[in-house]
Amino acid sequence: MIARDLVSAALTTPEALLSWELPTWDLLIRQCRRANLLPRLALVLADRGLLERVPPQARAHLLAAALTPQRQEKAVRWETQQILAALAATGTKLVLLKGAAYVMAGMAAARGRVFADIDLLVPRAALHVVEAALMMHGWMTTHHNAYDQRYYRRWMHELPPMRHVIRQSVLDVHHAILPQTARLKPETDKLLAAAVAVPGTANLYVLAPEDMVLHSATHLFHDGELDNGLRDLTDLDALLRECSREPGFWLRLPARAAELDLLRPLFYALRYTRRILGTPVPAVAELLTKNKPPRLLLALMDAIFLRALRPDHPSAADAWTPAARKLLYLRSHWLRMPPLLLAWHLTVKALRRKEVET
Amino acid sequence: MIVADLSIRDLLGLLAGPGLNLRTGQFVNRIFSGLKSVGEGLQLLYADYPLSESDDFTDFHVHVERPRDLRRWFRPQVLFRFDATVPFKPLPLHHAFPMLEWGLNWCVSSHCHQYLVIHAAVVEKHGHALILPAPPGSGKSTLCAGLVTRGWRLLSDELTLIDPASGQLVPVPRPIGLKNASIEVIRRFAPGAVIGRSSSDTMKGTVAHMQAPRASVLCAKETALPGWIVFPRFIAGSPARLQPWPKAHAFMRLADNAFNYSLHGAAGFEALAQMVDRSLCFEFSYGDLEEAAALFAELRPPRA
Repeated sequence: MIARDLVSAALTTPEALLSWELPTWDLLIRQCRRANLLPRLALVLADRGLLERVPPQARAHLLAAALTPQRQEKAVRWETQQILAALAATGTKLVLLKGAAYVMAGMAAARGRVFADIDLLVPRAALHVVEAALMMHGWMTTHHNAYDQRYYRRWMHELPPMRHVIRQSVLDVHHAILPQTARLKPETDKLLAAAVAVPGTANLYVLAPEDMVLHSATHLFHDGELDNGLRDLTDLDALLRECSREPGFWLRLPARAAELDLLRPLFYALRYTRRILGTPVPAVAELLTKNKPPRLLLALMDAIFLRALRPDHPSAADAWTPAARKLLYLRSHWLRMPPLLLAWHLTVKALRRKEVET
Repeated sequence: MIVADLSIRDLLGLLAGPGLNLRTGQFVNRIFSGLKSVGEGLQLLYADYPLSESDDFTDFHVHVERPRDLRRWFRPQVLFRFDATVPFKPLPLHHAFPMLEWGLNWCVSSHCHQYLVIHAAVVEKHGHALILPAPPGSGKSTLCAGLVTRGWRLLSDELTLIDPASGQLVPVPRPIGLKNASIEVIRRFAPGAVIGRSSSDTMKGTVAHMQAPRASVLCAKETALPGWIVFPRFIAGSPARLQPWPKAHAFMRLADNAFNYSLHGAAGFEALAQMVDRSLCFEFSYGDLEEAAALFAELRPPRA
């Protein structure tokens, strides 16, 4: 079978779907499910009034999947209130990241997005106070192994995930958007200083529009393991389309990327959202992202990302896809830590896997 | 075309090749497996089930296969794969057929949120459905198997699917899972029942599946409205006894047994409340299946 990414085709030209045959719909639903994009496609179709014209067998799956984000939105609003209550006494402002931020700020990127954890960003100096306050309100650490605790606390940009003992909600408390050991070092203080208040709430903030884009880009192109690569790319697409309605956005974005040391992730973000999802990116923005990789490296990155950003489904893969995903996994670790630390970390993980198996 | 029209060779050929497009109620499952035990189980227990065309839409692509590792020779295992995802840990190879059954249940309970899905058996007579929600070990499946051999139509022995918009119950008739002593009880109760091969030492003990009555398979697209909600409890030596049960309690116990109650929010509450409202609710204890079947035969439907 020829490798085809039906998901991005469906998201960019939903009208074309109506002429698809049933077996193609079948494959589209499978790829979407695998890419965690079934709810988002349902909303894209509903927005354009096309859902009623989808074959009923496929429509049933779309409608079923669309319930999850709908329910999740309510849950996120409730959890956010609980976190605000927990942090009230600490004097720390609550800055939400990613999914929860998109929901609370009422952004298009929240629509049909399914996520498991709520991410927040706090100043490193406030980490202990925040952790203690969250513990007092029922969130407990999840990693009980001493190595894991140390791994997170010494090298990572977040605490080990905290799970609420009753509601089971999981919080990722970040003090930076990249590991402390990573090559790029965006300063958290700058992000926090620019955070904007969510209208109609007290003490609740999200990152400034440019920073939201840069964080999403960094997560996808500098840090992540791309399990949800295409889903994250659709986030970036939605963020870019929405944020760029503000005048001056395309001038501020590259300037901010330079300030935060995040030009390279931004370069990739603009390149691949445009190539895969047709995101409108003006030429001026691309000129300003001077941090273009050398030609050979870029050719290699294209070969890798254009494969890894497809749905992780056999029907969308070619002979090189497994290698591309493996290389990205290695790259993400390579960018995360200096070589010696990485070697040490991988050794410990390998030994521990043996421990679990025996 | 139905499964019985295929020779075992053709059936195994489809399973090992392009897949068997098995229709269960309104769902189309495409099943792939290179295992003979899976083919034999399907041939015996799904004989009356229709096959769907290969260019039809498939709801669930499922594979029951041996994992590719060194355990091929040493305590071989079997894996359930849902399209490109492996949702469960592998099981011993001789649990292949029950694993397919559990996997197909999981496909419905974790994806079909267009319905409110309750963990309950559901059977129907004269247009009224009898819903039997209960935790494992309560004798729910035994009772369900007993009733469908005495004139009740099987909608499902595991999954009650409620369409929130209409309140109708949607059938997914599939083989009924029997456990441990129940297998022998049903063999004695209904000597004509077709029961597949037993698999021992599963996480539920010894399990075997009973064929769904042919009439239930033929009516697999006919929905039903709820008539009774009965919470069964098997107590050895106890007489068969139906006790009226408060509707508020029935509601809470149904919600506890639902897979996706909270996902539906207010609509889920409405659908469940409506179902409880239009049903007679009972708690039921029994020690003898014969006595239980006689009592249910006398059950009066709720007034319209």
